[in-house]
Amino acid sequence: MTDRSPAARRGTPLQAAPGTSKGGHLSTETVERARRTIDLYPEARSALIPLCHLAQEQDGWLTPEAMSDIAELVGITPAEVLGTASFYDMLHTEPVGRYVVSICTNIACQLNGADELLEHAQEMLAVNAGGTTSDGELTLEEAECLADCDRAPCVQVNHRFVGAQTPESFDRLVAELRAGDRRDEIPPHGTLTRVRRDGGIRTDPARVASERAAMAQVQARRAEEARSDVGGKGGA
Amino acid sequence: MTITDAPKIVTARLEHDDSHTLECYLATGGYDGLRKALTMTPEAVAHEVDAASLLGRGGAGFPAGRKWAMLRKNPVTYLVVNGDESEPATFKDHLLVERDPHQLIEGVLIAAYALQVTRAFIFIRGEFALGLERVQSALNDAYAHGAVGSDIFGSGFSIDLVVHPGAGAYICGEETALLESLEGKRGFPRIKPPYFPAAIGLYGEPTVVNNVETMSNLPWIVLNGGDAFAALGVGRSAGTRLFALAGHVNRPGVYELEMAKTTFGDLINAPILGGGIRHGRELKAFIPGGVSAPWFGPDQIDLPLGQDEVAAAGSMLGSGSVVAMDDQTCAVRAAWRITKFFARESCGQCTPCREGSGWLERIMARIERGHGRRVDLDLLLDACDNIAPGLTWPPQQTTICVLGPSIPSSIGSAIAMFRDEFLVHIKDGGCPFA
Repeated sequence: MTDRSPAARRGTPLQAAPGTSKGGHLSTETVERARRTIDLYPEARSALIPLCHLAQEQDGWLTPEAMSDIAELVGITPAEVLGTASFYDMLHTEPVGRYVVSICTNIACQLNGADELLEHAQEMLAVNAGGTTSDGELTLEEAECLADCDRAPCVQVNHRFVGAQTPESFDRLVAELRAGDRRDEIPPHGTLTRVRRDGGIRTDPARVASERAAMAQVQARRAEEARSDVGGKGGA
Repeated sequence: MTITDAPKIVTARLEHDDSHTLECYLATGGYDGLRKALTMTPEAVAHEVDAASLLGRGGAGFPAGRKWAMLRKNPVTYLVVNGDESEPATFKDHLLVERDPHQLIEGVLIAAYALQVTRAFIFIRGEFALGLERVQSALNDAYAHGAVGSDIFGSGFSIDLVVHPGAGAYICGEETALLESLEGKRGFPRIKPPYFPAAIGLYGEPTVVNNVETMSNLPWIVLNGGDAFAALGVGRSAGTRLFALAGHVNRPGVYELEMAKTTFGDLINAPILGGGIRHGRELKAFIPGGVSAPWFGPDQIDLPLGQDEVAAAGSMLGSGSVVAMDDQTCAVRAAWRITKFFARESCGQCTPCREGSGWLERIMARIERGHGRRVDLDLLLDACDNIAPGLTWPPQQTTICVLGPSIPSSIGSAIAMFRDEFLVHIKDGGCPFA
């Protein structure tokens, strides 16, 4: 029987889950950045969400091919990547527009006209919240609180705050986005951050290795304990 | 009116436009707290924090010193900073990560030294793209400055700090869900006990989780002493605290105020704070500490902004966010929106929360849209009672985390305070404010 304990599944990057992916979807540069990200964590799987952000930066959304590559990189199955990614609002398992426009309608924004703004945006873009315009440029989202409540109703484009919007200013914003006038301020969809961790100082690889070894031991011990705790509870 | 001249502790630097840069930070005394801490013993640093009576600024208000004390019985492996600010109408940590990232980093380093942790993670809400850039950029500069990394400032103490982006899930603000997320999993809160990650935290190791604002107070506390911090505020509610004011006020914003001295009324009405309700209208109700908190009416505006005072009055100071609603606000619509939020953000593990939030949202929606029935009020309260039996405050737990039992707060408040409004919606078949 295949050992499904976490310790066994964690495996070594790019060797786990054999046969599940041919790899090679993520670019060499993305894979290189992914490996550097994995090195920051005691356990490779901790890099899963940062890697999903990286994949979105490359493709704009989280493609099945990218999820397979990520699974190999962190040593889990593609289904586990999808199962995790689908939990999070910012990880798109289906294509989205070049600009994702998020309008918060939560309480502080609702009190400041967010419902009316969303209604206006839906009419103006001819999509319902959650939809993408027919030209594939904009995806409209009804967002939960984005923590910019003193500038309500709060709007983000590709997770960049653009300040409180009125229906009129929203129309101008959309026109500017379509014309490419906000490109410097608002990076392409999927680019979460433009600032990278400096390469100069990094965790000592020996320490990462020893932490990972210790972790594997702990998990193996727990798995062992869990196995020994299980009596026959099925009825027999 | 009581607005004290207490020093600004975490927002002092924000008068500078370049407050996020290392240059500005060093010019305004930055990293002096860390340098001082490194000359003290870790125990002495922890003692100062204990003496400060620094209550956690995330929402639960648990004393940071006590959290650390539990951990000092066992060696701590990891320090995790909770910057997943998502409680609706809370926007103070957003300000701190974008405008003063070095102060946060310095606080984390001080805590790491006190706890003798060599690995720390700063978990920042994914939607804060600029905040993530600012903190990472500040961290890069701090490494180059010798404040992070090996042998920091020649002290012999080494620490590695990692900025971790979230991906959009309210529940990850719950500390055990945050740890699951940091392990690369769905943000499912862990079953309690253990009640604190002190016992079993990140990767099963002893872990301390503290909020961004809590950490940001540490440089000042180390420099000025825990007693100086404890001298501010009233009783257990020591120091200053950030209050995020939103809704129908003239001047929404984040205000740093001495705890328990200023009242809700001052916060909402003082010309230098909220500036009163907009358009000359009257205050109808306010939410005192995030949408998980029961509402207060105008008769309670004289309550001080103190943790114990608000708790005694039947609500909570929570995340320090205050939402003011004017007399034209539809209480049904407001409570419906809050319920919709919980229905969307329930992680789905526990039945009362997963099913209850959806039921409540649909009942609230039909009342607001004019399709409500007279029995709906009792139905709402009955469903609420199934999520938080007895509808007491603080609520009874029926679920793994506190998200579920927080759902009835707004509905319960709206029905208790504005029952007639519900009845008008039902009787007239529509919203009287629409």
